[in-house]
Amino acid sequence: MNTNNYYPQAQEFQKELNSRYRVASIWQSLFLFALLIAVLSLTALMYNVIDGAFGYIAYEYKNDPSEFTSTPVNELTQEELLTILQSNLSSGAYKKLNNEQAMQTRSQADLLNLFLERLVQVDTKQTWTMTESIFQREKILQETASNYPEARIEFRSWLTPQFLVSPMSSRAEFAGVRTAVLGSLWLVGIAIAFALPIGTGAAIYLQEYAPKNWFTSLIQININNLAGVPSIVYGMLGLAVFVRLLEPLTSGSMFGISDANGRTILSAGLTMGILVLPLIIINAQEAIKAVPDSLRQASFGVGATRWQTVWHHVLPNALPGILTGSILALSRALGETAPLIVVGASTFISVDPDGPFSKFTALPIQIYQWTTRAQSEFHAIAASGIVVLLVLLLTLNATAILLRNQFQRKY
Amino acid sequence: MENNNNHYSIETKDLCILYGGFTAVRNVNIKVEKQKITAIIGPSGCGKSTLLRAFNRMNDFVPNSYVTGEIFLHGQNLYSKQVDPVEARRKIGMVFQKPNPFPKSIYENIAWGARINGFKGKMDELVEQSLRSAALWDEVKDKLHQSAYALSGGQQQRLCIARTIAIQPEIILMDEPASALDPISTLRIEDLMQELKKNYTIIIVTHNMQQAARVSDYTAMMMIDDNRSGGVIEFDETKKIFTRPSDKRTEDYVTGRFG
Amino acid sequence: MNFDLKKKTRIGESIIQGLLFFAGILSIFITLAIVYELGKEALLFFNNPDVTLAKFLGGTTWQPGIGDYGIWALVSATLTTSFIAISISLPLGLAVAIYLSEYASLRALSILKPVLEVLAGVPTVVYGYFALLFVTPVLQNIFGNENIQVYNMLSAGLVMGIMILPLISSMSEDSLSAVPRSLREAAYAMGATKIEASLQIVLPAALSGIGAALIVGISRAVGETMIVAVASGAGPNFTFNPLQAAETMTGHIARISGGDLSYNSIDYTSLFAIALMLFLVTLVLNLISQWVVNRFRERYE
Repeated sequence: MNTNNYYPQAQEFQKELNSRYRVASIWQSLFLFALLIAVLSLTALMYNVIDGAFGYIAYEYKNDPSEFTSTPVNELTQEELLTILQSNLSSGAYKKLNNEQAMQTRSQADLLNLFLERLVQVDTKQTWTMTESIFQREKILQETASNYPEARIEFRSWLTPQFLVSPMSSRAEFAGVRTAVLGSLWLVGIAIAFALPIGTGAAIYLQEYAPKNWFTSLIQININNLAGVPSIVYGMLGLAVFVRLLEPLTSGSMFGISDANGRTILSAGLTMGILVLPLIIINAQEAIKAVPDSLRQASFGVGATRWQTVWHHVLPNALPGILTGSILALSRALGETAPLIVVGASTFISVDPDGPFSKFTALPIQIYQWTTRAQSEFHAIAASGIVVLLVLLLTLNATAILLRNQFQRKY
Repeated sequence: MENNNNHYSIETKDLCILYGGFTAVRNVNIKVEKQKITAIIGPSGCGKSTLLRAFNRMNDFVPNSYVTGEIFLHGQNLYSKQVDPVEARRKIGMVFQKPNPFPKSIYENIAWGARINGFKGKMDELVEQSLRSAALWDEVKDKLHQSAYALSGGQQQRLCIARTIAIQPEIILMDEPASALDPISTLRIEDLMQELKKNYTIIIVTHNMQQAARVSDYTAMMMIDDNRSGGVIEFDETKKIFTRPSDKRTEDYVTGRFG
Repeated sequence: MNFDLKKKTRIGESIIQGLLFFAGILSIFITLAIVYELGKEALLFFNNPDVTLAKFLGGTTWQPGIGDYGIWALVSATLTTSFIAISISLPLGLAVAIYLSEYASLRALSILKPVLEVLAGVPTVVYGYFALLFVTPVLQNIFGNENIQVYNMLSAGLVMGIMILPLISSMSEDSLSAVPRSLREAAYAMGATKIEASLQIVLPAALSGIGAALIVGISRAVGETMIVAVASGAGPNFTFNPLQAAETMTGHIARISGGDLSYNSIDYTSLFAIALMLFLVTLVLNLISQWVVNRFRERYE
């Protein structure tokens, strides 16, 4: 070989190798940096949400509670509150409240809220996040004292049991997520009732029945594509088909329900069902694929028909996988917001949904609405709503993971 | 123990290879002679490849694996703390069971290794030289910049040998290099090995007895013991192993009564 | 014993098979319905004598109410936010993927994978909250209140990047792990360091899969609605300045359809025209990525 061609040896090689290792460690720190950003983002997001859900609030009473009762506010009993409300609210307003839920059956906390909301009328001046409340406590107290001398200030958790069971309200201080959570549950229920049987059926067809030809691969490609269609496009489809075209059905007018349009839970649920259908099909296909072929052959070997094989052997074994996939699809549906805006989830609904033809609101819609309000007290309940949503999602996903582990142990 | 005898490329002393708590290969003591071909034979699962991979520290990538005992390369223990595994591998090349060219052009397959190892000089010359040494030049000289995946399996394996030669190692380890190839390609690889041993020390793992007998000068016979650990039960000149083995088990194996 | 092996028609089996077939082809109908419904309304929009293709594709103001139909007013914001999102999520996602597939120990994986899964599972409206109430204030501190608007594309784009990161990292990691071990071993056996093997051998070998991840990421960014609806701005604005407020195609659909909207109005039909564009763009992107992924699979199987 040409003597000009050579490889560095000994010392020279060592030197070059050391610089190669330096380059390697630079790259590796870059990788770790990227990971750190991912972890920090998640931490910041969680912190941001929790931070919003607690903090100081400065508020004034428009009417002094002493105008209504001599007892201090936090010592009022249920009976006392009932009497106060009955005697001070207009009879129309009282009747309306009574119709939503009989006054006698309401809890003390509920009645106290009504008292503060309707009669005393709380006027929130300002709210602060948890971090501000902890680290700038003195400043907040001073500012409040000088800006709103009348105001009371207290550290409040926006996320309370009351928040979970209260209906919507136009005042952030008294709003809750009950209506929204119930709407979300209805929605997800309809979506899964629609998508699970059809999705599983489609998966069975594709894995167990479909011939290997261009048409089957067209279906498969189509399903994969549908999984990637932006959710807002599904919203437009729902608007055109369920809300408008099938209005007689989705509004319930076919069943004698009047004064409704197509913007109902049913329309939204079906839209959501179509949105999660591809996910359910793909997950169910994976679960069915995982059932060993020997099982099918054994079943055919004793003279079972194809459906008998599927029903008695394939499906029972694929079931945990199918359920896991469905739960994941469900959590996707629970968090989806854009299609609901398009098919017309109402922003202000204080009545619980009572059936598929109800007008409705959903948890993510409420979060969206509250987030986009200018007043900071709405951001606080948006944060509390997010905590509720995330806890629901976490529960669902934990269930899915438990199922998956159960499933993996088997094979 | 220091051993500066220039006659040998690699010497092992009480070499054991462990995965977790399990001893996969136990107490290997062999001396691999320079510029000779040493074959490692034995039934499958006896640790032939594991032993081979210990010679260029490829087992480092297996989690929980470690060695005890020593492997001497020029009197330096390969597993001592002062040895850099990257540098060691650069000196001890390896050819794998299945041809594994990089998904790059033929030219780049050879140039890449040279480049990372700091080659100074004319790359074109190095590529041509390496391909000639691997008896591949005439077949590929017109398509150097095409993908290596377009080559046949036998050509791919010779390309893998060429890229190993290009970085000028001292020892070439071959892990059943012809087992995935057709008989004609196998023959070409075997011829190539005879050429290569003029410049390199070669250790080859094979499960093909005839191949070991045809190409190698020395043979290590490995067998699994009662603890499921592999070990070298006989190491000698190939001629002797295949005609007058001293161990009964070797005799059974090479005559086909076992495995 | 009677050995009758003649073919029998099993009515139950046939009905079931028919039902399953119907379930299987329903997805085709869904696609057709999307194309038909969106196309029908979009056609109404384009049939409006006031709307010309030149105005639609050439104009930079969008106010269907008074006869401005320049889609660029919305596309500019979609492009800007998506570009920011991808330039965040591609390098970070790729770095995370390389770390996870080439470097991470099993223990590290068991901590990091759930983090990414949680990031992937957070609803987009929550990211919207995060963008508006965390990232925007931080950006305001950095750039100064007078230089950056409360609603701005930068904040939305950055958070969208974080949202897409797990998608890109998990798809890239899949394609990196699909590169056969033998290639890595070949590289090590030639004296390569781990980083040289990862970046110069494994990464190029997985490039087509990473390309597919990039395309899916773009498609996700273009179609993402809630983050931009909350944080990017409520009003079409032809600008590529990330510090300004501007409404994306998706954000526009969400805002207009959220209000009172009468059927057959130009506002209504124009939304379908925008949605059809979105659908077609994402369809093409998804098809390309699927094709790339399938070709890639064939190569190593």
